[in-house]
Amino acid sequence: MTDLFVLFVGAALVSNFVLVQLLGLCPFMGTSNRMETAVPMGIATICVITISTVVSNALNQFVLVPLDLEFLRIITFIVVIAAVVQLVERYVRFASPLLHQLLGLYLPLITSNCAVLGVALSVADLPLANALAVGVGAGVGFCLVLVLFAGLRVNLNHSSVPQAFQGAPIALITVGLIALAFAGFRGIF
Amino acid sequence: MIQALTIPVLVLGTTGFLLAAVVVALDAIVASRIPSDDLVSAVDDLLPQTQCAQCGYPGCRPYANAVVNGESTALCVPGGEETHQALTKLLDRPEDNATLAEPLELTARIQEEECVGCGLCLDACPVDAIIGAPQFLHTILESHCTGCELCVSPCPVSCIELVEPS
Repeated sequence: MTDLFVLFVGAALVSNFVLVQLLGLCPFMGTSNRMETAVPMGIATICVITISTVVSNALNQFVLVPLDLEFLRIITFIVVIAAVVQLVERYVRFASPLLHQLLGLYLPLITSNCAVLGVALSVADLPLANALAVGVGAGVGFCLVLVLFAGLRVNLNHSSVPQAFQGAPIALITVGLIALAFAGFRGIF
Repeated sequence: MIQALTIPVLVLGTTGFLLAAVVVALDAIVASRIPSDDLVSAVDDLLPQTQCAQCGYPGCRPYANAVVNGESTALCVPGGEETHQALTKLLDRPEDNATLAEPLELTARIQEEECVGCGLCLDACPVDAIIGAPQFLHTILESHCTGCELCVSPCPVSCIELVEPS
């Protein structure tokens, strides 16, 4: 149990997939403009990462490894991720059409979020329970960082930034500073 | 050689097929549980699309969905009597004598000495009643304002208030 908790915290904070491993920066920058999109996007990504990690881990252990087909990992995992994203997208459209409209293209684009594939690949050889812990941790970490950054970015809109740094540059510098802060989590284990 | 190809192709094909089947099956279940899209769209087309949320639903489409599921047709404030009539006619419902939702007798006004010109209220206004450029003072066209209050919460300095129209 302690192991699983350590894996969870490790994936969420210590080796956060966005800030430490620099994966999934596209949806991170794209949906952090507004709090209204950041929170649902974070939650949707938690769902996708958790489900797709577990399914692809099981697929890897019970189908690909016994058949000696590990070279098919990437393409099978992408098929799994695409299917899970379709499920989540349909659920969002059913539950809240307004939210579906707000997120627009970014929702199906979770498929190409490299953090999702990155998590699935990095835990492919772990036991199922460990993979689940890392999956949930990675999703929660992504959501946490996304919401934190969206909060900062809303304030950035109202601060006077030198002309040359307005827009994307100051946003990227801010991400770098948060990443520095996250480096501090390395000491907790 | 042939076998080395067939097994990967079969594995990948089966995986893809099974997952696609799950998605399609779920789609069918969801489709059977929500009312037919055509009727909702027809109702949605009759609504004024101001997304003012005065009916108690987050926007026009959610309200259209609720109307198809049996909600009263008299809740649309900007639409008024006309929309009410059109909806009862479309849905072939008996004229319910529910009192028509009263339009709010209020319009928004920007307190000009406090406006910082951020432009956030421009995006929020569903009827484009706010004019002004970023970094400059904005103002609200009273004749166009529906009093929907959507501009009140985005304002970072809380300078928009609802007042009786002059």
